[in-house]
Order: sequence, then C-alpha cells, then structure tokens
Amino acid sequence: MITSNRYHLPFLGLLLLLVVCVIVNIGLGSVKIPFRDVMTVLWGGEIEKETWQYIIQNYRIPKAITALLVGAGLGVSGLLMQTLFRNPLAGPFVLGISSGASLGVALLIMGSGLLGGILTSAITSHYGIVIAATLGSFLVLLLVVVVADRVRDTMAILIIGLMFGSITTAIVSVLAFFSSSERLQQYIFWSFGSLGDLSWGDLGIFAAVVFLGILLTLFSLKALNALLLGENYAQSLGVNIKKNRLSIILATSLLAGSATAFVGPIAFIGLAIPHLTRQLLNTNNHTVLFPAVVLFGAILMLICDTIAQLPASQLSLPINAVTSIIGAPVVIWLLVKKRKMVF
Amino acid sequence: MNSAKKHKVLEVQQLSIGYEKRSTPLLISKDIDFSAHKGELLAVVGGNGVGKSTLLRTLAKVQPLLQGRIAIEGRDIQDLNLRQLAQKISLVLTEILPTKNLTVKELIVLGRQPHTNWIGTLSEEDIAKVEHAIHQVEIVDLLDKRCYELSDGQLQRVMITRALAQDTDIIILDEPTTHLDIYHKAKILKLLKDIAHRSNKLVIFSSHEIDIAIQLCDNMLVMQESKTVHGSPKELIKSKSFDHLFPEDLILFDSNTESFKMKS
Repeated sequence: MITSNRYHLPFLGLLLLLVVCVIVNIGLGSVKIPFRDVMTVLWGGEIEKETWQYIIQNYRIPKAITALLVGAGLGVSGLLMQTLFRNPLAGPFVLGISSGASLGVALLIMGSGLLGGILTSAITSHYGIVIAATLGSFLVLLLVVVVADRVRDTMAILIIGLMFGSITTAIVSVLAFFSSSERLQQYIFWSFGSLGDLSWGDLGIFAAVVFLGILLTLFSLKALNALLLGENYAQSLGVNIKKNRLSIILATSLLAGSATAFVGPIAFIGLAIPHLTRQLLNTNNHTVLFPAVVLFGAILMLICDTIAQLPASQLSLPINAVTSIIGAPVVIWLLVKKRKMVF
Repeated sequence: MNSAKKHKVLEVQQLSIGYEKRSTPLLISKDIDFSAHKGELLAVVGGNGVGKSTLLRTLAKVQPLLQGRIAIEGRDIQDLNLRQLAQKISLVLTEILPTKNLTVKELIVLGRQPHTNWIGTLSEEDIAKVEHAIHQVEIVDLLDKRCYELSDGQLQRVMITRALAQDTDIIILDEPTTHLDIYHKAKILKLLKDIAHRSNKLVIFSSHEIDIAIQLCDNMLVMQESKTVHGSPKELIKSKSFDHLFPEDLILFDSNTESFKMKS
C-alpha cells in the first residue's frame, strides 16, 4: 500500500534517452563525420582520418560531458533552491552566485582595461576567466553564508541574495559604461556561455566539484522532503534546520558556481528542469525527483547544445540563448496542457 | 483510569515562557507547574494572547524556555537532541502547508522520518505503524488524494494521522479545531480523546472550545495573565477557575450548564 515501484519505467526511458542524446550530440557538428566512424571512436577504436579522431576525442566528447554535467548540476541546484525557499520562482542563481561570477569576470575583463595593460595577457586566457568567476561567486556566497548564519528567517536569505545580485549587476553596468567596445564585446561573449572550451584537465576538476555537490545533495534528501512541510514541521521531525540549510546552500554553490565558472552564466535550465520533472512525474518526493532532475537536466542541455551547433553548418548560436528559446516554450506548453502547477 | 497504572511522561516545573530579546526577555507567562500521564487528554485554554501557543512551542522545544524545567520521562528536554525529541513529541501546527501537492500517503509517511535511516527508507515496522495510524483515524479512502483536494476537517485529520504515525508518547496540537464547524470540532476532539485513551498517549492541545473541552478532557490547563491553574474539569469548575477567565462585561461562566452564557 505504501511503497510503489511506479517510477522504474520512466527512469529506464530517461536513461535510454540520455544515451541517445549523448550519441546524437557527439555525432553532429559543424564537420560532418559519418555515424559509423563516430561509433568506432566512441568504442575506443581508431579511424582513418586523424582530424576526425581528434575532433571527436578532444572536442566533441568533452563538450558532451560538459553539457551533461552543466545540465545535471544546474537542474539539481534549482531543485534545492526551490525546496529550500519553498518558492517556485527560485533558481540556482537566486543567491547571487551568477551575478558574483559575472562581477568577477567583468572586473577582470573591463576593470583591468581601465587600470592599464599590466594584466592584459592574463585576461584573455581561459584560466583567468575561470578563476575570476570562481572568486566572484565564492565571495558572494561567503557573504550569503555569513548572513544565513545570523538570520533565522529563510525568506530573508532569499531577499538578501536578490539584493546582492542587484548590487553586482549595477557594478557590472558601471564598468561596462566606462570600458572600451572591444572589452565590452569580450565580456558579452563570455555571458553568452560556451560549452566547448573545456580541456580534459578542466573537465576533471569540473566533474569532481559537481560530484561533491551531488554527494552533499544526496545527504540532504531526507531533510528536503521534511522541508516540504515547512521549517517548524521539519524541525519537529528531527531535522536540524541551520545545518541542513547550510549544506543545501553549499551544494547549490558548488553545482551552480562551478558551471558558471567553466561555461558562463547559463540561464533558464536551473529554473525550468525541476518544474519540468515535477510536471512529468507528478511527485514532490525528492528521492524520486533528484535522480530524475539529474537525467532531465543532462538530456535538455545536450539537446540545446546539439541545436546550438546548427548541425552541418559553420555557424553556432550562443548556448545561453538556445536554452531559453527551446526550454521556455516547453515549460509553458506543459503548464497550459496540465492546467495545474505541480509544486 | 486506575491511578496506579498511570505513567508520568511529562513534568513541567516553575516554567517561565516568552521570547528572548537582546536586553530584556519578553515574559509571556510564568510559574507554570503540572505533570501529565500517558493516556491523558489535556486541554490548554485561555484568552487570545495569553501564551497558549508559546507554551506548546516551548514544550516542543521549538523555542527556548526562559526559566524552569521541562522533563520527558525524567529527562530534561535540554539534554535531548532533535532526533531524540522527534521520537518523543510529535506536532500538529496551525501553519498552512507550503506545498499542498503531496498525496495524503506521502504526507503521512513523512511522520516516520525520526525513525528511518539517512535517506528515509521505510522498514516493515515503519509501514506497519503508518497503516495502523491510517486505520485508527479512518482515512483509508483519502490516501491517494492530494492535500489541495481535502476539506479543512479532512486535512486536520490527515495531519493528526501523520503525528500518530510518528509514534511518539506525546502529541501536541496547536488549536486543532480552528476553521472547523461545530460538528467537525467535536469529531476532531473525540478523535483526540480516542487516541489518548486507546493508544495510551499523552495528547496536549490548545483550544477555544472550552465547553467541549470540559466535557471531554481528563485535565485542563487554564492560562491567565496572572496565573496558570491545572486540574480536572470538575476541580476547575469547583475552584471557579473559569469564572474570571475573560473580562466579565459580556459573558459569564455558568457552573450549572458548564458553559459560557451571554450576560443578560
């Protein structure tokens, strides 16, 4: 009567879909590579054309894994924030993590230009940007955690996070106002997001951080379910609110912060994936939602990336725009079709 | 009930309740003394703002006490951690659920959290306890409904089932009968009496239904700004504890009918 296995089938389907999405994502791109050759490389074989082998091994596979990690990480952090704040509008960036990262990168790209060309070579480097984004989001996060420790009311943390976001956004616009058009363009390109810039080495670091965030989430699942009843009930069920709140915030910042640092601020995924999952599975149980969100996030991100590549053409679209263009209509359609929001 | 079989489960001594402010604590009520037993239905009554909810929240350690001692089975609640406390006391609060999309079943199962492992896996014992609670409150027909589909009375019974599934010696309910019509008020209170006597639990609830509480409860705690008195309804009527509970310009307690009457 109490337990049921009615989720086995959807999970099997999602897993299959994920595998298909990974293969399609790797198979398509600006260079047309025959499907047979793609599969050969994926199974660890060698193919005649070395350039194709190089493209698949060092560009397409890392990019697919990046998309997978970003989608899963942002999806989970969105779920965490929505439950912690019991607010369907919350996403991974409500605590100001992405604006913190933006501020870091803006300071690096535009601020250093204002100060003079001492760091010019460092700015353009990929690592400079990753480090700046990490520092930026880490500082904002540190402020939020310090505040969270002092404030009893969780909703106050939400507002404070939004305020931090406003402040950093304002500073970024001031910087933009005074910087040259090339610098501005460079910053804007970063804000479009890019999944293709990660080497295998970067990917290792990224995967480790995401794994840590997922692990923290795993240990918060029980508390998350209790939080569905509100904080007082959760506490009466033996949940230590402050401790769990901190680990939830930490998990979110690891997941969303690392994604932002490596691929830029990816909009929408974190907000939409949890809604999509709840609508389709019609449950609020986090032990079901969490793995489903991981799978859905990875799948949607892979699909968006495949589309952003504009297969068989030399062009590609900014990933940050594609996620919204593809994702938003899906969520709207689901809400209209079901007529009732599951939250 | 045979007094020799009584099992004292809650003891409150010289308790002061209120809110800790930085400089001076805001005292709401003081000198609260009583003890309560398993299998007892205890009502906390008093006017608005006299501290009924504060007392219940303090008993459940949702907020700290200012002075005095609260002991559960002889152990000071300060020495119990949250999980241990959650195995002793379950709560039914007045607050609205943030998500009403849970099914009744999911909601009741959450009551087992203090007993389950780190990820909340249900053992056979957990499932048995949940099913027992569901049958005792007779809500089998509601199980697959979602909370937004329930009436206020049904939701209240579901919340009580959840507390029952938590399987604690003490169940504390904050105004469980607000928003209900008189029939459903009686139904909830009858259910609470049933739970206290049949399942041998201590059930403490705050209420404005003094008339019904006098008829149903084993003991009552009458809170006033000046003092708090504890006793059986009969003792309290005899000692005229209800007579000065409210300002006497509009209503008066009539000890013959054991209820409040409009002043004529």
